[in-house]
Amino acid sequence: MILSRRRIAPLSNVGAWIGAVVLVMVVVIALVGPWLAPHSPDQPIAAPFTPPGSGHPLGTDFLGRDVLSRLLWGGRSVLLFAGAATTIAYAVGLAVGLLAGYSRSWIDPALMRSVDILLAFPALVFILLLAAALGTGIWSVLLATAVIQVPGIARIIRTATLEQSVRGFVEVAVLRGETTPSILRREILPNIAGPISADIGLRFTWSVILIASVNFLGLGLQPPAADWGVMVSENRGGLNLNPYAMLAPALILGALTVAINLVSDSLARRYR
Amino acid sequence: MSLAGVEHAGTAPPRAVERRRHHPVLRYAARRVAAGVLTLAVLSLLVFAATSVLPGDAASAILGKQAHGPQLQHLRAEMGLNHSIARQYGDWVGGLLHGNLGNSAAGYAAGGQVTVWSQISGKLANSAILALLAFLPIIAVSLLLGVVTALRATGWLDHVVSTLTLIPAALPEFVLGAVLLAVFFTWLNVLPPVSLIPPGANPLDYPSELVLPVLTLVGVSTGYAIRMIRAGMLDSLLSESVTMARLNGIRERRVVVRYAARNALAPSVQVFALIAQYLIGGILIVEYLYNYPGIGKELVDAVAIHDNLEVQSVTMLLATIYVAITIAADVVVMLLVPKLRTGGR
Repeated sequence: MILSRRRIAPLSNVGAWIGAVVLVMVVVIALVGPWLAPHSPDQPIAAPFTPPGSGHPLGTDFLGRDVLSRLLWGGRSVLLFAGAATTIAYAVGLAVGLLAGYSRSWIDPALMRSVDILLAFPALVFILLLAAALGTGIWSVLLATAVIQVPGIARIIRTATLEQSVRGFVEVAVLRGETTPSILRREILPNIAGPISADIGLRFTWSVILIASVNFLGLGLQPPAADWGVMVSENRGGLNLNPYAMLAPALILGALTVAINLVSDSLARRYR
Repeated sequence: MSLAGVEHAGTAPPRAVERRRHHPVLRYAARRVAAGVLTLAVLSLLVFAATSVLPGDAASAILGKQAHGPQLQHLRAEMGLNHSIARQYGDWVGGLLHGNLGNSAAGYAAGGQVTVWSQISGKLANSAILALLAFLPIIAVSLLLGVVTALRATGWLDHVVSTLTLIPAALPEFVLGAVLLAVFFTWLNVLPPVSLIPPGANPLDYPSELVLPVLTLVGVSTGYAIRMIRAGMLDSLLSESVTMARLNGIRERRVVVRYAARNALAPSVQVFALIAQYLIGGILIVEYLYNYPGIGKELVDAVAIHDNLEVQSVTMLLATIYVAITIAADVVVMLLVPKLRTGGR
């Protein structure tokens, strides 16, 4: 069978649309959930690991707290910390990548070497190392999640910038006497915004997965925080009594990461 | 390689004969190993700085903040903390180079010297077994489905597989693990929720304890592997050499096996190296989830109890394996693709 490249074009955008709908739903749940919660996320309402029943449709957790209420509360921290880590990583990575790609000064080799070093590590091991150094807790995890992503982001921005910086309109801007910051902001940034938007989505997925994983390991957010990752971990003991205490936060977290991935995957294909 | 080329350009014939003695792949491997050692050296500085310099003192961490006087002095001397930072670093790296990972802080806390190696050797073997048991099915399934979907690209199987493989790649391991636990333990009740493998026992003697950890690792990473193998095979099938072979009237079977598959081998090796590296991070979560007595759970526990002496050595050990996999894959690719040996000048 002879194939042409055109015929193997990406599948339809159905996946991306499903992803977008799920993503909006999960984000809405995470943001407005606390106002909808029928119970307090911290107060026990029944015996531990009570199976689903009237008044508590997902049952109770290991301390007898309402799983549904904790689920509705637990999305904020996921979005907040992953969003913060991605923002910090992107702010630094963007600045370094733009400078490295445009000026091609000492920053460039320094960037490439630091990428090499950080690539010699599983990301999770790096986060654990920083947690060991700075003390466990969400702030070390947030910092580590941001730091581990900076070199990768910077390298992508650098490549995109390098491509743009040899274009005619950049040369014209230089001849006009524009300053470097203004060239970067007005000539280069708008032209690399497309590929960046797809990359931000992938990085955000990565941040969600990493931070949720460390929270699950018990080295990030600490109980009694209502957080989807923490909830999965703390309710492992009740699998045969009320599996939904563990399953519900796991499923909504999975829905979130898969949905972002579907959306950014289709964005990434558009700019390839 | 470019430097070597310049150096030998225009030299007399005897030099050229001498040059042949060093196989180009060997030279490439040596250079990659040297670069890897350099990376690890810089990494060791970072790891040491993170675990030893930043948060005060390991001895007072063991004895508690209020500890002082002779007890603290004694422990500091025993742990070698009286030496300068440079000397401590030198002792640690020197030990690592001799295969000595040092003593664990938990051991000092218990009042004796417990080597990190004695703590982790059994667990390292358990993790290796788990990783290998996951690695083999990932290779088999991804090669099979990757090649078949590439050969029948745009067929129904391709559509189904392409859609299905998008989902698990973005799942955290513990999310898939939670679903598997609910299905196979809570509802079907056929597999145990935790891996109760006694210390020193061979995990292979406990097959039902291994199923869920292996299934989780396979489930999370196979989708990615299939997609990458498919992409590599497709690239190869669409290349001009394959078109040329077809135009020459070579039988399709032979075209696929001798021309397309062979060219897709090199990218596949890189994919499997990535999978092997992924497994090092993946076992952290999976071992913790199922209480599997491996190196990943050991590291998480060491971080939780602030045993930084163990954390730094285990981290370096994992990083060394990680870098070794990268180098091994690059060298294998070099062996598989003769073109690369002369290219790149």
